[in-house]
Amino acid sequence: MDIFLQQVVSGLATGGIYASLALALVMIYQATDVVNFAQGEMAMFSTYLAWTMLNAGLPYWVAFAATLVVAFVGGLVIERVVIRPVENAPVLAVVIVCVGLLVILNSVAGWIYSYIQKPFPSPFPEKPIKFGNVVFGAHDLGAIGITLLVLLFLYVFFRHTTLGLCMRAAAQNPMSSRLCGVRVGWMLAIGWGLAALVGSVAGMMVAPIVFLDPNMMAGILIYAFASATLGGFTSPGGAVVGGLLVGVIENLVGTYVRFIGTELKLTVALAIILIVLVVKPSGLFGRAIVRRV
Amino acid sequence: MSALLTAVDLHARYGWTRVLHGVSFAVEEGGITTILGANGAGKTTTLRAVSGMVTTEGAVHFAGKRIDGRSPESLVRAGIAHAPEGRGTFVGLNVEENLRLGAYARRDRTRGGGDFERVYQYFPILRERRRQMAGTLSGGEQQMLAIARALMLRPRLLLLDEPSLGLAPLIVREIFCIVRAINREEGVSVLLVEQNAAIALELADHAYVLETGRVVLAGPPAILKQDDAVRRSYLGY
Repeated sequence: MDIFLQQVVSGLATGGIYASLALALVMIYQATDVVNFAQGEMAMFSTYLAWTMLNAGLPYWVAFAATLVVAFVGGLVIERVVIRPVENAPVLAVVIVCVGLLVILNSVAGWIYSYIQKPFPSPFPEKPIKFGNVVFGAHDLGAIGITLLVLLFLYVFFRHTTLGLCMRAAAQNPMSSRLCGVRVGWMLAIGWGLAALVGSVAGMMVAPIVFLDPNMMAGILIYAFASATLGGFTSPGGAVVGGLLVGVIENLVGTYVRFIGTELKLTVALAIILIVLVVKPSGLFGRAIVRRV
Repeated sequence: MSALLTAVDLHARYGWTRVLHGVSFAVEEGGITTILGANGAGKTTTLRAVSGMVTTEGAVHFAGKRIDGRSPESLVRAGIAHAPEGRGTFVGLNVEENLRLGAYARRDRTRGGGDFERVYQYFPILRERRRQMAGTLSGGEQQMLAIARALMLRPRLLLLDEPSLGLAPLIVREIFCIVRAINREEGVSVLLVEQNAAIALELADHAYVLETGRVVLAGPPAILKQDDAVRRSYLGY
C-alpha cells in the first residue's frame, strides 16, 4: 500500500510538470488554433536564459520574474516574425514552421550552451516532507503549487479581464472581432507571449529534476501532448488535471506492469493519446462546440 | 438634412471577379437608408466597403472625413457599427460577453454599465439569456444579439446586413420595429441592406436598388413602390 501511495505521489509530482507545459499548449491552441510543436524548446530556451541570469549572480526569484518577462516578449516576437507570415496558410504550413522553430531553438541552445547537462537550482528546500511512510519532495510540491497558481492566474485573466475576453473573441471569430474594434493580430501575438511565459515556468520547474540540456523537453513535450489530449485541448483546467493523471498513470503502469518498466514508459503517453482520440476525442473536459443553426 | 455618409463611384472585386461597378449613394444623418437587391447584387460588399472589410476604389466620406482605405478597427472607433452577414455571433461566449465586446471600442472607457440596461430594454429576451452561450440562441435571438452588440458602441451609423435572412415573418417584423425605435429614440442613422424589399421599403426614408454591382434606381420608398420593375422583381405583385 505504501508503495502504491508513494508511486501516486511521485506521479503527481511529474504530472505537475506535464500540466504546466500542457497548459501552454492549450493556451496557444485556444488563442490561435495552432498546436505549437516548438513549445518545449521555447521553454528550454527560457530556462537557459534563467540559468545565465542565475550564474550572473541574480537572486532566484528575480531571475524567475525576469525570465517570465523575457519569455513573454520572446513569444510575442516569434509570433510577429515567424508565425504571422503563415497566419492564413493551411494548418500544415504552420505545423512545419513550428517544427522548424523547434529545430532552430534546439540547435542554437546547443551551440551557445553546449549539449552538456547542467544542474539547475530549485527555489524550494531540499528536505523532503514526510506524511507517515509517504515522502513528498519539497520541490515537487512547490512545482505543483506554482502550476496551480499559473492556472488560477490564467483563469482570472481570461474570465475577468477585457483583454482576456478580446483574446477569446479573436480566437473564435476574427472577422466579427475586427468589427468590434479588436486588433486580432495583436491578440494572437499576446497569446503566444503568454504561452511562452507559462512554458518558461514549466522549464524552470522541470530543470532541477531532469537537469538542463537542449533536449530536456523532448520527452516531456510528448507527455504534455498526452495531458492536453486527455484533459481536452479546449480546457486549461482539463490540461492540468490531464497532466496530473498522465503522471500518475505513467508511474503506476511503470511499477505494476512488469514488461513496461521504465524503458517503455514513454509508450504509455502515446497509448493515452491514441485511446483518448478513439474513445473521446474532445478529452475529459473539452467541449465540442454546440451551436444551433 | 445633410449626408452623414456618402460613397461615390465605388468599385470592388474579389480576386478577378468584379463585384461593384461604380456604386454611389448617401445616408442622411438620422435617417434610414436601404439598399435593395437580389442575391449577388453586391449588397454585402457595399456594406463591407463602408466598414473597411474590403479594399475598394472610389471615395467614401463619413461625417465630413474621407474614410476609404481605413481599417475596420479604426472605423469602429469612428462610430460605425456593422452587424454583419451571418450575424457574427461569438458562439462560444455568453450573451453578456458578446455585448461587452460590442462596447470595447468605445471612446469613453466606462464600457457601458448602463448600456446593458439600455440594450436590454430594446431586447428583453437577451436579458433572460445573458448567461447563456450565444451559440445556443435561436436565429432570431442571434440577430437581435448582433444588433444589440452594434448598439453597445453607441454608434453614429449602424450598418445592418440582411437582418431578415432565415427568420420567420413575425420575428422579422419585431426586429424591424425595434430598428425603427432605435433610429427614432437614439438618432442613429441606419444603412440597411435587404432582399426583403416589402418590409425594407416600409421602414426606410430613402432607397436604392442594386443590380449586378450598379445602382439602377434610387428615390423615396413611396415612389419606388409605384415603379413597375421594382414591383415585379422585388415586391411580387
